[in-house]
Amino acid sequence: MPRPLLLLLAALAVSIAISAASAHLDPYFLDVAMGVGIAIILAVSLNLVNGHTGQFSLGHAGFMAVGAYLSSAVTLFLGPSLLGADGGGPLGQGLLFAGALACGGACAACAGLLIGLPSLRLKGDYLALVTLGFGEIIRVIFQNVEALGGALGLIGMPPYTTFGWIYGCAALAVYTVACLVNSTYGRGFLATRDDEIAAEAVGLDTTRYKIVAFVTGAFFAGVAGGLFAHFKLAIDPRGFDFTRSIEIVVMVILGGMGRTAGVIAAAILLTLLPEILRPVAEYRMILYSLLLVVLMLLRPQGLFHRGAKGVRP
Amino acid sequence: MLTVSDLHVSYGAINALSGVSFTIPQGAIVTLIGGNGAGKTTTLRTISGLLRPRRGSVTFRGEDITALPAHAIVARGLCHVPEGRMVFANLSVDENLAMGAYLLRDRERIARNREFVFGIFPRLKERLRQTAGTLSGGEQQMLAIGRALMGDPAFLMLDEPSLGIAPRLIATIFEKIVEINRTQGLTILLVEQNANLALEVSAGAYVLETGRVVMQGPSAQLRDDPQLRATYLGGGPVG
Repeated sequence: MPRPLLLLLAALAVSIAISAASAHLDPYFLDVAMGVGIAIILAVSLNLVNGHTGQFSLGHAGFMAVGAYLSSAVTLFLGPSLLGADGGGPLGQGLLFAGALACGGACAACAGLLIGLPSLRLKGDYLALVTLGFGEIIRVIFQNVEALGGALGLIGMPPYTTFGWIYGCAALAVYTVACLVNSTYGRGFLATRDDEIAAEAVGLDTTRYKIVAFVTGAFFAGVAGGLFAHFKLAIDPRGFDFTRSIEIVVMVILGGMGRTAGVIAAAILLTLLPEILRPVAEYRMILYSLLLVVLMLLRPQGLFHRGAKGVRP
Repeated sequence: MLTVSDLHVSYGAINALSGVSFTIPQGAIVTLIGGNGAGKTTTLRTISGLLRPRRGSVTFRGEDITALPAHAIVARGLCHVPEGRMVFANLSVDENLAMGAYLLRDRERIARNREFVFGIFPRLKERLRQTAGTLSGGEQQMLAIGRALMGDPAFLMLDEPSLGIAPRLIATIFEKIVEINRTQGLTILLVEQNANLALEVSAGAYVLETGRVVMQGPSAQLRDDPQLRATYLGGGPVG
């Protein structure tokens, strides 16, 4: 069996094992760890777009919202009738949740395709602005759809999200991105980032690569949204505004664009930091921001950057 | 092999090309010369589908390729080595070459092309695992040409291969360009600021000025043209 696949299976097994033991773990620790896992999915999926493919997107929270709302709609509105009177048992609920997550991811991917087709013709800051705009449009749409709770949002989702679900999905996201980028096909993402004109000149359809990256990234953001909704059990449109997108972008930049390990480390660090800083109460966010500034000054290329370019191992 | 007729290209309100036409016969090296802003790079980019003309057409091997996307044009055997150091800076030399054979599926053919490229530019073989961004300017240019050759093109367009490169390497690169043309029968369209050099290696030449062809003919003849000498060749005595 190839090594990446083995690693994936090992990660899945560990997540499920920890999940099974979660009743014995400190609830606070578990809560924070689950938040970290969702951040990892978001950061790794955005890294495919912003880091590996070099297309600066600022709309990731919008795709997260699509996943959160659509998967919640599935479990809230279709769940009861699908599960029947006895509640469906653990297997029935698991299948329903898997279906809800897949549906949330797929809808987010469709939104990604719709937004990506026109906007990926733009470059750099133009693309960033357009994706920012689209992200906000998605949020405003949810705010105005009464069937999905409008400005109040949705509450009462069943608490399906467990440690195992989150880290299982995180492992899957890391595996998918790694396989995409390290394949012969995937070198096209890196080539598109390094030099678009040269990539076109050797015969790459760069538009297609950008869209594949964008849609895959949106899919996992949607899955993360679904996990988030069934973890916090209440969602409202304000939770998916553009500060959320910025948070994810910061993780990618701090981790080092295109460095998966670095981006994971940054996702962990930036989710833990506000928790660690709790004792300083009101100065928390000031300190958090200061630390960010210091980190960027010390490691402008990101936490895990290769450093000086040179011979590759 | 390639016919460009009445090409008009504009960037917004500015006309870059206003009616450029020329023909390049199979197996020849033909050069486009002209000063800054004459429209040389624009012409190449339009031929390879990176820019869209407002009017006019490009015909390659009897087929109208004007409206085709860039990757479809490469698939037909027309390869463009863009101006400047357009290598994939974060990929290794090896990976850059592999990208050049992106459209080929036949592994044996890819391996053969690699050997051919190493035969022409042995330096690339020495630096196989190095990231392309760390190569010298001349080496990057070799890599860009080598990468284009990996795709087995029938027609190669080179944009300013001498730009920003040490003089000794320029001579080497031009020798190799002539060698590729002779041994492989590869047709080459060369854009060059260094008109002396370009006229030396080419069979025919077109002189562009503000988006128009103002002079054309066999290179040997243009080299002796007094007016051209005065404008582009430094005005020195014939010889």
